[in-house]
Amino acid sequence: MTAKVANALQWEFRFLHKPLNVWSRVCLLAAAVTIVVSLFYPLWKMHLVAPQYSDGLDLYIFPYKIEGGGFHGQHLKEINNLNHYIGMKPIEPADFLEMRWMPFVFGLIILMTLRSVVFGEMSNVVDLFAVYSYFGTFSIGSFWYRLYEYGHNLDPHAPMHIKPFTPLLVGVKQIANFREYSFPQAGAYLLCASVLLILLAGWFSRKEQPS
Amino acid sequence: MTTYLKYTLAVAIAIVFAGCGKQGGTSQADRTANALASYVAPGEKDEYYLFYSGGHSGQVFVAGIPSLRHITTIPVFAPYPATGYGFDDESKKMLGDYTWGDVHHPGLSQTNSKYDGRWLFVNDNANNRIARINLHDFKTHQILGPIPNSMGNHGSSFLTENSEYILCATRFSVPLPKGRVADPNDYATEFNSMVSGIKVDPQTGEMKVGWQILTPPFDWDLGSTGKGPSSGWAFWTSYNTEMAHDLLEVNSSQKDRDFAAVVNWRAAEKAVAEGKTTVMDGVPIIDPAKVPGVLYFVPIGKSPHGMDTDPTGKWVVAGGKLQPATTVLNFEKVLAAVNNKTFDGDFRGVPILKYEAVVEGEVPVGLGPLHTQFDGRGFAYTSMFIDSNITKWKLPPWTEEERKDLNKVVLDKMPTHFSTGHLVVAGSDTANPYGKWCVAMNKLSAGRHVNVGPSQPESSQLIDITGDKMKMVAESYTEPEPHFAQILKVSEIQPAEIYPKDENKDPDAIWDKSQASVTRNGNQVVAKVIAIRSRYYPDRIDAQVGDDLTVHVTNVEQTRDMIHGFGFIEHNINMVIDPGETKTFHVNLKKPGVFPYYCTNFCSALHQEMQGYVVVANAGQQMPGAKYGLVSAEGNAPAETGGASPAPSPQSSPAPPP
Repeated sequence: MTAKVANALQWEFRFLHKPLNVWSRVCLLAAAVTIVVSLFYPLWKMHLVAPQYSDGLDLYIFPYKIEGGGFHGQHLKEINNLNHYIGMKPIEPADFLEMRWMPFVFGLIILMTLRSVVFGEMSNVVDLFAVYSYFGTFSIGSFWYRLYEYGHNLDPHAPMHIKPFTPLLVGVKQIANFREYSFPQAGAYLLCASVLLILLAGWFSRKEQPS
Repeated sequence: MTTYLKYTLAVAIAIVFAGCGKQGGTSQADRTANALASYVAPGEKDEYYLFYSGGHSGQVFVAGIPSLRHITTIPVFAPYPATGYGFDDESKKMLGDYTWGDVHHPGLSQTNSKYDGRWLFVNDNANNRIARINLHDFKTHQILGPIPNSMGNHGSSFLTENSEYILCATRFSVPLPKGRVADPNDYATEFNSMVSGIKVDPQTGEMKVGWQILTPPFDWDLGSTGKGPSSGWAFWTSYNTEMAHDLLEVNSSQKDRDFAAVVNWRAAEKAVAEGKTTVMDGVPIIDPAKVPGVLYFVPIGKSPHGMDTDPTGKWVVAGGKLQPATTVLNFEKVLAAVNNKTFDGDFRGVPILKYEAVVEGEVPVGLGPLHTQFDGRGFAYTSMFIDSNITKWKLPPWTEEERKDLNKVVLDKMPTHFSTGHLVVAGSDTANPYGKWCVAMNKLSAGRHVNVGPSQPESSQLIDITGDKMKMVAESYTEPEPHFAQILKVSEIQPAEIYPKDENKDPDAIWDKSQASVTRNGNQVVAKVIAIRSRYYPDRIDAQVGDDLTVHVTNVEQTRDMIHGFGFIEHNINMVIDPGETKTFHVNLKKPGVFPYYCTNFCSALHQEMQGYVVVANAGQQMPGAKYGLVSAEGNAPAETGGASPAPSPQSSPAPPP
C-alpha cells in the first residue's frame, strides 16, 4: 500500500518535472498568440429577431466590454428601451465590474503561457490549465448568473408582466415576440482553441523523461 | 368543301377562339404578362422612384415603378398634418402666410446632365415660389419666394447641366415691379413677363434669385435646358404672342405661330457679371434689347406647350397644342442662324430667328400634342391631349423618303385614359435616359376608377416602351393633380432612415429625462420635452392664461420608423417628430383648462398611454401639484426648472399572466 502511494507520488513528481519538447513549446506559444488575437473578437453574441426587427438586434459580449450592434451601438439602447416595458433593469456596460478586471486575468493567463514556453516544464502547463479552466468555468457561470439576474429582477410596476425567465446562454429561445439566438463567437472559439493547444502541449511531451 | 368555304370557316373559328381569350381588348396572356411586369411582391421593392408634382394640392407624391403604388407624400406648399408639416415653427415659417401652392414641374438636380440624387426642386405656379426637397430625408428644406418681378411661376423648374441654375419663366404678365398698378387695357405697353435664373449653391442647394430677363408680355409656357451642342441654352414656348389681356381662349389663339424663347443663360450670367443690368425690386434685370445675344425668338405653331431638348442636346421639340404637329428644331441650325444673323426682323429689339433656317421638320403626330419625352434610343414620345394617346415617333436624322412624308416617322400610338397632359420617360431630361418606362399623367379619369363621387382623382398609366410597340402595363390614380414627374433609380440614392443624434444641431434638443424642463421667464413658458416609447418627459406643463408657451420636443429614438407625434388638443398643433429630430411650436394660451397632449403617430403597444397635460390655470390660481412653470405665490415668476416628473405608480397592478 505504502509502496503504491510512494509509486504514484514518484510518478506524479516525475510527470510534473517532464521537460517540454519543442512541439509543446510551439503549441504554447501558439496558445498565447491565440488568446491575444481572441481579445479582438466578441466572445458571445445574442441576436434578437421579432417581426418589427426583421434584421435583428445584436448584443456583442467582449472580454472587456458589452456592445450593441447598429450605428453607435444603437441596438443596446433599443433592447433597454424595449426591456423597460417588462421592467427589466437597463443593461449598463458600467455595471459589469468583471469586465474591468477581466483584461488582467487574460494578461495573467498569457504570462503563464509564456512562462511555460520559457521554463519548459510540465508543472507550468498544469498550473496554466488549472487557472485557465477555473477562470473559464467561473466566467461562464457568472455570465449565466447575470442573465438570471436580469430576467428575474423585474420591476413589479412595469407596464407588462411576464413570468421571470433566464435568457438562454446557448441556443434558440422564444421570449414574447422575440426569438433569441445566443451563440459563442470567434473570441470564444479562439479561446477554446487555446485550451486545446495547451492540452496538446502536455500531450506532445508525455513521453519526455526528466533529467 | 370549296376552298372558299374552308377559308371562311377557319376565319370564323379563329375569331371565336380569339374572342374567348379576350377581356376588354387585352388577351388573358397579355394581362398575365402585364400583371407580372408591374407586380412587386410583398416584401420586395420597386426599382424606380416616381416623383409626381401634386399640382394644386401643393405637395409632391412619391410612387414606385413598376408597381405605380403611392408610397409617400412630401408636403411642400401646404400644411400636412400627417407629417406635422406646417405646425412647427420652422415649417410654418417656410410656408409664410400661404396655405397652398400649385406644384407643376419637379426637377431633379443634375451633374454633367445626369441626376445626382441630391435635390428635387419644385415650382409654385400660384405664389411664385420655388422649393427644394433634399433627397437625403425627402423633406422640404427651403422655399424661396414669392420671387420678385415674377407672376405665375409656371415655366420651371428646369435645372441646368450642373444645377448651376433653376430656370423659370412666368406664365402671367403684370405691371412690374409688382405692386405697380396699370390698366389691363394697356397690357402690351405696361405689362411684362420675366425669365429668372435662380442660383443654386453647389454645396448646400440653397437657392437665391440670380438675375432676370425682362420680356414682352407673352405667356411663357413650358421649357427645358440644353446640353451637348445646346449647352448653356434654355428654351420656352409661349402662347399669347397676340398680347391679349381678355378672353385669352380666343384672343391669344389668333396667330398661327407664337414665339418661343431661345435663351443663352451663360450670356445672361456674363451680362450680369459685366454689370449690364438695371435693378428692379433688388434683382439685376437684363433688357434683351440692350444686351444682344441673351434672347432670341423663334416662331412655333400654334400656342405650343412643351419645349423639350432631347438627350443629345441637338433636337428641341415643341408640342403644337393647337396644331396637329410637333416642331423639331435643329440646335446646330439655331446656332448657325444666331452666328449668321439669319433673322426675320426683330420684336422689340429681340432678333427673330428665321423659321425655315432652324426647323428640321413638323411631325404630324396628331391632335393636341403637349409634351415630349425621349428614351435615349432615338425615339420621342408625345402626349396627345385631344386624341388622348401617346404617340411614339422617330427623331431625326430622317431619310429622304421620311422627309418627304413625315407620317412615316410616326411609329405607334398608345391610347390613354384620358387626355394625357404630361408624360414622363425615365431620365428623359438627362444625357442618358433609363428609358424602359413611360408614365402618362392623364387629366381626366372619367369613370376609369370605382365611383367616388363627383370629386374625382386623376389617372396615371404605366407604359412599357422597351419594344417596337408600346405596351400598357398598369394604371393608378392620384389626387389632383400631377403635371409632370421625375423618375430616379432607387439604387442611386441612400436616404437617411433616422436623424443621427450626433447630427442634431438644434440648441433646444435634449436627450435624457434628466434634462427635461419647464422654465418660466415673465409670461414666457418654455418646455423641453423628450418623446420616447411610450412616454413624454415631462408629462405635465403648468402655465396660465395669457402665457406664451414654447415647446421643444426631441424624439430621442434612433430606431427607424419610431416616429412620435405631439398633438396638443384644441390648440391646432400636431407636430410629428422623426427619430433623432427636434421640433418646436409656439402658442399663446388664451383659454383656461387642462389640455392633454398625446402621441398622434402610432408608436408602440402603449402608444395610447403616451400623453401629458398642459395645465392652463386662471391668472393667480395656485396649482399646488405644479412642478414646473408654475407661478409663485407672489404672482411673480421665479425661473423654475427641474428634472422630469417621476412616472406615477399605477394604483393597482394588473394581475400577472397565469
